[in-house]
Amino acid sequence: MEKKTCLSLLVENNFGVLSRISGLFARRGYNIDSLTVGTTENAELSRITITVTGDDQILTQIKKQLNKLIDVITVIELKPDEAIIRELVFIKVKADDTTRSQIVEIANMFRANIVDVARESLVIEITGTRYKIEGFFEMVEPYGILEFVRSGDTGLQRGGKILSH
Amino acid sequence: MIPLLASKLILKCLERENVEYVFGYPGGALLPLYEAFRTSPIKHILVRNEQTAPHYASGYARESGRVGVCLATSGPGATNLVTGIATAYLDSIPIVAITGQVDRALIGTDAFQEADITGATAPFTKHSYLVQNAADIPRIIREAFHIASTGRPGPVLIDIPRDVQLENVKTGLTYDKIDIMGYKPNLNGHSGQIKRAIKKIKEAKKPVIYAGGGIVLGNAQAELLAFAEKNNTPVITSLMGIGAFPEDHPLYCGIVGSHGYKYSNVVMNGADLIINIGARMSNRATSQLTKFEKDTDFVHIDIDPAEIGKNMETNIPIVGDAKTVLSELVQKDTVGDHAVWLAEIETIRSENPLVYDADPPCSDLINPKILFKDMSKMTSDNATVVGDVGLNQIWSALYYRIIKNRRYYTSGGLGTMGYSIPAACGAVFATLDKPKEIFIVCGDGSFQMSMGELGVIAEHQLNVNIILITNTKLGMVRQLQFDNYGKGHYSGTDINFDIDFMKLAEAYGIKSFKVDKNADFNKVLPEAIKHQGPTLIQCQVHPDFIRI
Repeated sequence: MEKKTCLSLLVENNFGVLSRISGLFARRGYNIDSLTVGTTENAELSRITITVTGDDQILTQIKKQLNKLIDVITVIELKPDEAIIRELVFIKVKADDTTRSQIVEIANMFRANIVDVARESLVIEITGTRYKIEGFFEMVEPYGILEFVRSGDTGLQRGGKILSH
Repeated sequence: MIPLLASKLILKCLERENVEYVFGYPGGALLPLYEAFRTSPIKHILVRNEQTAPHYASGYARESGRVGVCLATSGPGATNLVTGIATAYLDSIPIVAITGQVDRALIGTDAFQEADITGATAPFTKHSYLVQNAADIPRIIREAFHIASTGRPGPVLIDIPRDVQLENVKTGLTYDKIDIMGYKPNLNGHSGQIKRAIKKIKEAKKPVIYAGGGIVLGNAQAELLAFAEKNNTPVITSLMGIGAFPEDHPLYCGIVGSHGYKYSNVVMNGADLIINIGARMSNRATSQLTKFEKDTDFVHIDIDPAEIGKNMETNIPIVGDAKTVLSELVQKDTVGDHAVWLAEIETIRSENPLVYDADPPCSDLINPKILFKDMSKMTSDNATVVGDVGLNQIWSALYYRIIKNRRYYTSGGLGTMGYSIPAACGAVFATLDKPKEIFIVCGDGSFQMSMGELGVIAEHQLNVNIILITNTKLGMVRQLQFDNYGKGHYSGTDINFDIDFMKLAEAYGIKSFKVDKNADFNKVLPEAIKHQGPTLIQCQVHPDFIRI
């Protein structure tokens, strides 16, 4: 059965590491739903969060194949109940004098921020789980979504566990 | 510390890795390195096309058990290495490929002879480096050799820009400590899994050991023999596993797969436990394995965790080195009663005998199956045979017997035509201090893919014997066309010009023979073996002889 899984990787900041990882997914026919990269507390390391869809056999293979890459130090699966997984989204919604306040109210309910206001539109910044964001989309959809951008999932294990240990 | 030119430092680092030979081809981006070669004890062997250089390194590595090194310039030189690197990757052969690259400032500008070779080879290198600072050279070369030769071996590429080679560096050769955070191969099997395996092995009524290339690469032949004999367990090999187990041993049960022995596939299908040691379970090996019982158990021992469960469900995975794990297993109480099973195997064997016979017109010329059977009796106990790709490969793999210390190399995974000549030459270079019989087996198709390398054979008077099977056809593809589309449905598989190979050999000063009868082959082979220097025996096989 196919399911969505969030993987967290610690990698060495070497030349071409991102293309090695994305290339691995491409050539083995695995689908990346999202991928985010960023620096870490150690300047020599980067942290990558990848969301993938596949059955158990494929997910096991993905983890094993990622671990085979020399630049990859650790691969863990971020399980929803043991980790914080969030996404950042900017949404540009149609808004005029009659609808603006309603949209702001919805945004407030979702603890989203209005980050840009124009005569005929609003840009809203929202952070949350996939479900929260889907819910928000559903609420503002009737007003007209002009465009949006999603950062992709990023996450961290709960508790005292540290990936580099 | 006196500054050292980076090009010299590169060769010093290679020296420290005990590199004797580098198989390469020069070019603009490697001028500094080639200048340094003039005063280095490392011998540079000029190949005749970069495409063969990784195969030389591969043959050298397989014969010596050490890392083979090949070298090519930037751009077309580097891209010519691609197939050979992929060949080594699929067969897990430890090689280091060094490529020249354009100056750092020119990278990304589509400069003359620029190619993104680390990008191009990423799918089939174990790892690769683009050297950006000359000071990193000692670390990178140390790491490259370590990565290539440990764990599951494989090719590593080092791309070195021309201007990096010209830098003066103050760093010494002091880089000894290897600490790669993401690379710590696991050699010892998990004790819990080993316990489970022991229980299964003891309980099994019809066990089979399936031995792959991992036994050969891991030098675990003696441990496998001890384990199989102790447990009275039959051994079947993959194509890459040829040489893992002596073929004259009563427990030897042949080669599995679409091009294996029929009886081996029947035996494997009937097993209740398969102990896979270092085999990938590739589609070619498993295509005939369709009748597994639902309760067949699979123990898979492999140094690469990603191989376990990739192609076949495994209930007992053991990640570890074949030699280490087998040494542990052989000390455990695993002996079960397999008398009934071994008797059943004897029946299967006698019901599915090897077929040597051929009918006219095929029987009018050389019968290649009998040729390799006969060759088994006339060659030394430590001979190396390098099979190319095609019918010649399957005939030599199936009918030449690998016994005692004999070795058989071929491009098993990628199936790269043109492998045999350069790989055998690499093996000769690895044994110059202890010369031995080394044979090239190729067809007229594969021969023509690498025949430029006759220049290297002649130049260095390499003591190698070429068994050239000619039928003026691309035999294996022709066989597939026959099987898939019917008699006469041949397309693109005629080598229409009947080359005078005798004259070709003569042009290179290679002693040559042409035979069209098995009896004549048997007469000339001892003469060819005795001859000091290279020889070629052209063996005429009928084009319709397409059975394996």
